[in-house]
Amino acid sequence: MTAFAQRIWASTLGRHLLLAGLGLVAVALVLENTSAFRNGQFAVMAYMGIAAGGLTVLTGLNGQLSLGHGAFMAIGAYTTALLLDDYESAPPLILVLLAATAVALVIGAGVGVAAARLHGPYIAGATLALAIAVPGIALYFQGTLGGEQGLTVVVPDVPNWFADAAYFITANDVSSSKYVAYIGWFSLIVSYVLLANLSRSRVGRIWRAVRDDDVAAEIAGINLGRARVLAFVVSTACAGLAGAVLALAVRLAAPSGFMLTLSLALLSAVVLGGLGSLLGALIGAALLTFLPQVVTSIGLDAGLTDLQAAELAPLVYGLTTMLVVILAPAGIVGTARAARRRRRSHP
Amino acid sequence: MRTWSRRVAVFTSVLAAGAVLAACGAGGRPDEGKDSTEDVVGVTEDTIKIGAHFPLTGVAAPGYSEIPSGHKAYYDYVNANGGVHGRKIEFVVRDDAYNPTQTSQVTNELVLKDRIFAMVGGLGTPTHSAVVDFLNGEKVPDLFVSSGSLQWGDDVESKPQTFGWQPDYETEGKIIGKWVSENMPNARVGLFLQDDDFGEDGEKGVRRYLGDQIVATERYTSGNTDVAPQVAALQAANVDIVLGFNTPSYTALTQLTANKLNFDPKWFYSNVGSDPELVGSLLARFSEGAVKDGSSLLDGVVTTEYIPGVDTPDDPWVKLWQEVWDKHGSGGKLTNYRVYGMSQAYTFVQALQSAGPNPTREGIVEAIEQAGKEFDGPALAPFRYSEDSHMGISGLRVSELSGGKANPLTPVLTTDIGDAPIVKDHSGAASDAPPEDGIPTG
Repeated sequence: MTAFAQRIWASTLGRHLLLAGLGLVAVALVLENTSAFRNGQFAVMAYMGIAAGGLTVLTGLNGQLSLGHGAFMAIGAYTTALLLDDYESAPPLILVLLAATAVALVIGAGVGVAAARLHGPYIAGATLALAIAVPGIALYFQGTLGGEQGLTVVVPDVPNWFADAAYFITANDVSSSKYVAYIGWFSLIVSYVLLANLSRSRVGRIWRAVRDDDVAAEIAGINLGRARVLAFVVSTACAGLAGAVLALAVRLAAPSGFMLTLSLALLSAVVLGGLGSLLGALIGAALLTFLPQVVTSIGLDAGLTDLQAAELAPLVYGLTTMLVVILAPAGIVGTARAARRRRRSHP
Repeated sequence: MRTWSRRVAVFTSVLAAGAVLAACGAGGRPDEGKDSTEDVVGVTEDTIKIGAHFPLTGVAAPGYSEIPSGHKAYYDYVNANGGVHGRKIEFVVRDDAYNPTQTSQVTNELVLKDRIFAMVGGLGTPTHSAVVDFLNGEKVPDLFVSSGSLQWGDDVESKPQTFGWQPDYETEGKIIGKWVSENMPNARVGLFLQDDDFGEDGEKGVRRYLGDQIVATERYTSGNTDVAPQVAALQAANVDIVLGFNTPSYTALTQLTANKLNFDPKWFYSNVGSDPELVGSLLARFSEGAVKDGSSLLDGVVTTEYIPGVDTPDDPWVKLWQEVWDKHGSGGKLTNYRVYGMSQAYTFVQALQSAGPNPTREGIVEAIEQAGKEFDGPALAPFRYSEDSHMGISGLRVSELSGGKANPLTPVLTTDIGDAPIVKDHSGAASDAPPEDGIPTG
């Protein structure tokens, strides 16, 4: 390795940007070489990954357990749907994504202030209430939020510059679903770079200190409340962005898409991957996206009826979770890292 | 010297990366290519693949998950008898758990990976709304949606591939409204509505005939199982008849709650919420065994019917469905949900027959628009399909339940959305009998 490359690798930002660049190339390679159906699944993985990434920072680094991240995804999705309701007057997509993030951020700040006063199971309880209440808001304000039917999202056309650039490089035309997958993965990479930098910085160290021993942290001069609210806000902003990508991928924001199961699925993704690890969140999101569909397909190929194959998916997911908890209690990434560390110290 | 060589190295690697980037792509668009004549998606020499999304797991699964088993049984029956124009029908069902996010994922899978020829019978209003634009964008025929929302058929221009099947809720509401205004002209009417398209479209229809008779309108949100406030409000308004546009669970809940409150009006449930067998079993479950013979609790309840159901085992259609189910069913007994699935499947086979020996996606849509009005089938009233309307069955009849059976109170009445008048059906659709071999000829 040349000194130049070493210098980049040694700086946190440089390393993260380098990884992001490599990630971008990998995303382009994967999306261009997979079918339109897989593109759609990668879009799903992207939004689950963004939300899980935010949650893993909150739970893994700051020790706050949120059962309400699905609600913040709903807020992001509904913001997107309200902005993208008309084909002609749609604002640029980047603004929509930022707006969804900002709205979730502001509401997250409000909830975060309340949550910062609570500890452990009480935060979980408060956010659980949120997860149950938010879909009800959409039902109550049926006129503006569309009630049970939800709001349809008009996905803007692929901009010409993007289509031409993609065509120049890959010789493939960009379909709408591939465009959404690209947006999802760009958003994922940007948010992961920011999250990775944050957790490596002073802020991240403060969060860890608060998580490990709040009394010691307070004696060291850390404002506990501010640290907790900040972690909560960062995390909900990610959930809002994830909701925006979800709305683009599904083309609909409807309350039945944001039931409690969504929040619990996110949490299970984070636990499967390994608390506090962004790579773990990504792996968890991949499991969440691909496992049920692959298992159902295998079940159907093995001659099960549709009903049995459909019931097989949650069964296998549950068993996988149990296996991971028993065999890799720190999550997939956490346990792999611990194993590597052990091998290094005992060569 | 070392710095210089490093710079050269960096410069060359950037250059090389650029060159690779340029080489791996097209570098510009070729002129518009020629259209290759492609095979029809999902159709091979001897098979035709179709699919649908249904709630096989989750809260909406009881009842609804039986519909695809009816479809499958009928297609197996057709396949065993030689298929349609020599092709066997493959029906792929994917579970969406009644969650629109999952509907969009499984529909992607059906269209892009399984490469289905058409979607047939996709279930649910919020779920199907999530994919209707995608299906139309991909030009996939989206046939016979299992929901009575108006949006599947009233806007052909924006959804040219989508067709409704069952009578829409507005048509049903109009016929219910007229029946009440004629038979109970002095009654105080209360409405019990699900708070979505279903209740809204139904109310629109009912109000056309009962504008000043309605004294109370109560709504419930699906998922909230406490209906005591609504039922008490109806009781306080002293209504003589309650018109319910609700799902079977809420039929059971309103019956139990009314019993508790000593409230005994006449009940009129729209078709969706009135399957006596399912409501009966729900009543037994919700009351924790206190109600034993649930279906008899519904004696005297008025409802509507648009296809013959299992309460009329001597009907030629039900005889056919029973035979199909005995031969090709997947266990369990014939239920009204399975009959619904088979009736839909029958209409699809009919459409496929009319699309000719070489079906295409445009061809089947055109065939339904041209010939759909003439399709003979189990439906009591004819379809409304044309180039301007993709609305399904045009009417139904009002019946009264007793002992789990529906006894007709009116002949089959037909109408359409909007101002269309309600008339007695003269098409004879109700007396159609199935062909000898049970397979339509188109």
